[in-house]
Amino acid sequence: MAKETIESDSTDKSEPIPPMQRLLDNHFLLLFIGVVVPTVLYTLWGVMELSQIPISQ
Amino acid sequence: MSVAAETGIIGGIAAKFRTCPATGLKIDIAAQNLIKANAVVAIVFLAVGGLFGLLVALTRWPAVKILDPDLFYLVLTAHGLDVLLVWIIFFEMAVLYFASAIILNCRLATPRIAWLAFILMLVGAVLANVTVLQGESSVMFTSYVPLKAAPNFYLSLIVFAVGALLGCFVFLGTLVIAKDEKTYEGSIPLVTFGALVACIIAIFTLASGAVILIPTWLWSLGYIAHIDTVMYKLVWWAMGHSSQQINMAAQVAIWYAIPAILMGAKPLSEKVSRMAFLMYILFLQLASAHHMLVEPGLSSEWKVFNTSYAIYLAVLGSMIHGFSIPGAMEAAQRANGYTNGVFEWLRRAPWGNPAFAGMFLSLVLFGFLGGISGVVLGTEQINIMLHNTMYVPGHFHATVVAGTSLAFMALTYLVVPLIFQREIIWPRLAKWQPYLFGMGAAGISLFMMGAGTLGVARRHADISFSDATLSFDYPPAAFLMLGLNGMAGILAAIGGGLFVVIIVFSVLFGKKVDASNIVEALGPMPQKRVSDAVHKHGDSGTFHLPGTYILVATFFSAFVLYYFVNWKYLSELWQLG
Repeated sequence: MAKETIESDSTDKSEPIPPMQRLLDNHFLLLFIGVVVPTVLYTLWGVMELSQIPISQ
Repeated sequence: MSVAAETGIIGGIAAKFRTCPATGLKIDIAAQNLIKANAVVAIVFLAVGGLFGLLVALTRWPAVKILDPDLFYLVLTAHGLDVLLVWIIFFEMAVLYFASAIILNCRLATPRIAWLAFILMLVGAVLANVTVLQGESSVMFTSYVPLKAAPNFYLSLIVFAVGALLGCFVFLGTLVIAKDEKTYEGSIPLVTFGALVACIIAIFTLASGAVILIPTWLWSLGYIAHIDTVMYKLVWWAMGHSSQQINMAAQVAIWYAIPAILMGAKPLSEKVSRMAFLMYILFLQLASAHHMLVEPGLSSEWKVFNTSYAIYLAVLGSMIHGFSIPGAMEAAQRANGYTNGVFEWLRRAPWGNPAFAGMFLSLVLFGFLGGISGVVLGTEQINIMLHNTMYVPGHFHATVVAGTSLAFMALTYLVVPLIFQREIIWPRLAKWQPYLFGMGAAGISLFMMGAGTLGVARRHADISFSDATLSFDYPPAAFLMLGLNGMAGILAAIGGGLFVVIIVFSVLFGKKVDASNIVEALGPMPQKRVSDAVHKHGDSGTFHLPGTYILVATFFSAFVLYYFVNWKYLSELWQLG
């Protein structure tokens, strides 16, 4: 049998907000991460490798 | 309860709103009008792009071959633009406004900017179609240099992207307003969080598009002498593949939203589902690299990191959603009283409701066909067998057509009564529409993947090479696959056409919806009431989910089996000894 639904305890102001939740609630930090990570790992890294290909003589 | 628009206060600022008779939420009229406009234009372009798609499928069918090669490439270009970009992103704008202003119960930020975004996107989309139909821009969706299209082709995409970018900023602005005016407590709801992830991926996508399309436009005008072909391909795919990852995040948000509205389903663990979305933010865009796996200029480190290590973490996110969403449905259905046996919850689900049926088919087809084939294509070693074959369009028709388009269609069956305030006309026909379209889309995907596995090249009008100097004999099974693909294309076109007709007629002639008929207008639901779970927090609170465990085990078995079958194919490609 299904247990009773558990509601989040968002009204309990005394409980500190966990760091991960603070990250997930910071929408503009997520935007920054979501743009920087693929830009560095995919685009910049890839452009650096392609730019090192010697030009044919 | 009155549904007439009235001037009132939302979060301290005057706005015109109405009260939704189903949810009790205040609905900003500006947001409602923008959702309507974006959804209508999206569906118009779905109809146009779908028709082009049917012509492509009928040309590839060797016995029919309806278009000559010149026209084939023109139509293929228009098909890719209209369905991969225009239909999807217009609808995603509607999803962003719905997930922000409507679910957060607040006014939309800067409606005038949102209308400007809409107009720019519309101008871009129309200009792109006109330019392609003029015949000088048959460069296909990818427009790889040195293929050169007319300058207006690139300009139209830039204008469209600027509009979409503005729409993303309106969404972010609406989140700021909602937080500032305290229209929600704690974190934003999970569905809105999914839309935020889609918005973040969209901003990376559109910025990458600007980086590559602006110089290419200048090149087409003659201001730049040379664009490096591999560099173009690398940056273009940061846009081209990531644009499909926007869909991924948006469709997952819809997969959570529809069972929440119809069944009261809550995620098994909201925290874990949010972490799965975080995996998308970090890693999903890196899947673009699978298009570069045969490029000699890139190192194996770059290829393997981006496609294998990083993308597997995004796949982990998808598998978490793939467990959480059916699990949430099972938990909700068991709470609704369907507790007999392992699968009563699934058997008694509202299969006659096109919103639910479309959503569930989208989830299953995406997972089994699109997800598994995506991992296969993303593995450097086995990608070599399938790269640039028909397997690739087979894969993305499973993700974008069977997955995203079907999910968007499913949501539309709820948007029409909730936002357009009209009943779905011909409900018995609507009941069958997701099945017709889903079967057609699944057939297209499977048969194209089958042809690709047999080595059939993608982007080719005639695999029989009828007037070529050097011909190549594909096995007869490849011709069979393309014939079956054509038949599946007809089925999908009937399903897609039905969707367009049902929605257009519902919006124009459907019975008005008010408090007296809103529940019936949303279609069959287990509890005959609309749940408010979509804009609340909380977990389902149970892991007693035997049916879900069996479904997930079935998926894993198919995944492992298919993955290793492809390694077996690879081992037979080059015989050693």
